[in-house]
Amino acid sequence: MLRRLRQIGQASLVILATLGRAGVIWAQSLWTKPDLSNSAPLVIQQIYQIGVLSVVITVLSGFSIGAVLALQGYTQLVRYGSESALGLGVAMVLVMEIGPVVSALLFAGRAGSAMTAEIGLMKATEQLASMEMIGVDSLHRIVAPRLWAGFISMPILALMFSVVGIWGASLVGVDWLGVYEGAFWSVMQEGVDFNNHVLKGIVKTFVFGLVVTWIAVFEGYDTVPTSEGIASATTKTVVYSSVAILVLDFFLTLVMFGF
Amino acid sequence: MVSLEITEEFIEIRNLQYYRGPRMIFDRLSISIPQGKVVAIMGPSGSGKTTLLRLLSGQLKPDSGEIVVNGYHIPSLDRATLFEVRKTMGMLFQSGALFTDLTVFENVAFPLRIHTDLSDDMIRDLVLMKLQSVGLRGATQLMPNELSGGMARRVALARAIALDPAIIMYDEPFTGLDPIAMGVIVQLIRTLNEAFAMTTIVVSHNIQETADIADYIYVVSDGKVIGSGTPASLLDDPSPRVQQFLQGMPDGPVPFHYPAEDYREDLFKNGG
Repeated sequence: MLRRLRQIGQASLVILATLGRAGVIWAQSLWTKPDLSNSAPLVIQQIYQIGVLSVVITVLSGFSIGAVLALQGYTQLVRYGSESALGLGVAMVLVMEIGPVVSALLFAGRAGSAMTAEIGLMKATEQLASMEMIGVDSLHRIVAPRLWAGFISMPILALMFSVVGIWGASLVGVDWLGVYEGAFWSVMQEGVDFNNHVLKGIVKTFVFGLVVTWIAVFEGYDTVPTSEGIASATTKTVVYSSVAILVLDFFLTLVMFGF
Repeated sequence: MVSLEITEEFIEIRNLQYYRGPRMIFDRLSISIPQGKVVAIMGPSGSGKTTLLRLLSGQLKPDSGEIVVNGYHIPSLDRATLFEVRKTMGMLFQSGALFTDLTVFENVAFPLRIHTDLSDDMIRDLVLMKLQSVGLRGATQLMPNELSGGMARRVALARAIALDPAIIMYDEPFTGLDPIAMGVIVQLIRTLNEAFAMTTIVVSHNIQETADIADYIYVVSDGKVIGSGTPASLLDDPSPRVQQFLQGMPDGPVPFHYPAEDYREDLFKNGG
């Protein structure tokens, strides 16, 4: 019994220490005098690496999920003669839930793992140490631009996901299955409220962007600088990010949609 | 022990204690390094030589003891001041640690672009001068993955001296180099020390090459200085541990075998 308690205590201490380190790294990275002329190019470069290079997978997934939602939705709705609500249903699901969550999961898999591996390798090859020896704070130069880039890119990617998803749904629903186009779009316009639905979805994406990027850069920065260490850190990024996205989604939905 | 004519203690390490987990790395270690000299820290693998450089440059914090570099108490500096002090230090890492996404030119230009407001023309001239001093002015446009180990280390050296530091630290500069590349690095360390009057610290276990260039050598083992002196005087050091290291004897005070239980008992365990 005592042994078990001790184990739980030790595990809790490790978790708390890790969270503490992650918090310190986050704060030290962002707590600095704003220097736009130097930091803006670095952030833009990372937006390209993290955001732009994730566009293809995000758009393809968005299109495919939108198309599938339309197919499945249509089969159910047509039985009750409510196929005109197809656009509304797909848009609501995409904007509030599937868009933010799936694009964040894709973001963690593509950009998060890449960030962890890159920073981990920089640590293993002593590039971070050499940068610090040159008198450059690696937290400001390497970590901070990625944190900002993730925070900025994630909502844009999620928005693209939802827009392309709705377009995919319209192609399947309107152009293929023959749902009346006017009804498809007007019911959607009527039902989807910007403040109540779209904005709350966007809030989720900011939170996911922050958390996924934070996990990714921390795992890279805190990795044991060996091949096993980097492999394990990359895996942890994807696993922890995915779990965090799903758990946070539940609580954000609970809080924002007032259940 | 022969002492140098020390004009000024530029770097002082006093009673340094450092533990990695439960393992003691340094046990009240004290070392003095005078300005403008080449001082070598030698010792067997795993004796903490690289760790000592990391402590000196503030990448690690000691458990106790003092590290004073040019009047700065390194462990007690805040992050911003530490980065300022590091501008006066250069370090050549064992792997070179070049930024893999930048060309040779941009690697050497990096410290100048970050820390100075010099014009592009001026930076170009300075980079070319630094690369000329390591013999690689013709390699400006190469990427780090196109360089041999020796070339990468020379580029890293050019980058380390880009800001004309007062102190330069070499972490195992001879490891993994062919004889020609090693000869080049040996010559460069001495030449740069004389040309720029930089205080030079070389961490190495290559006895011959280090003895050729060092003014003074400290031999570190088991967390302590076990011998020190000029290269010539160390050869006559009576300590068996120093002699075992210098002569490369496989067995001696540093045992050949890692501590283990009795060999016979181990073999006959489990009815073997």
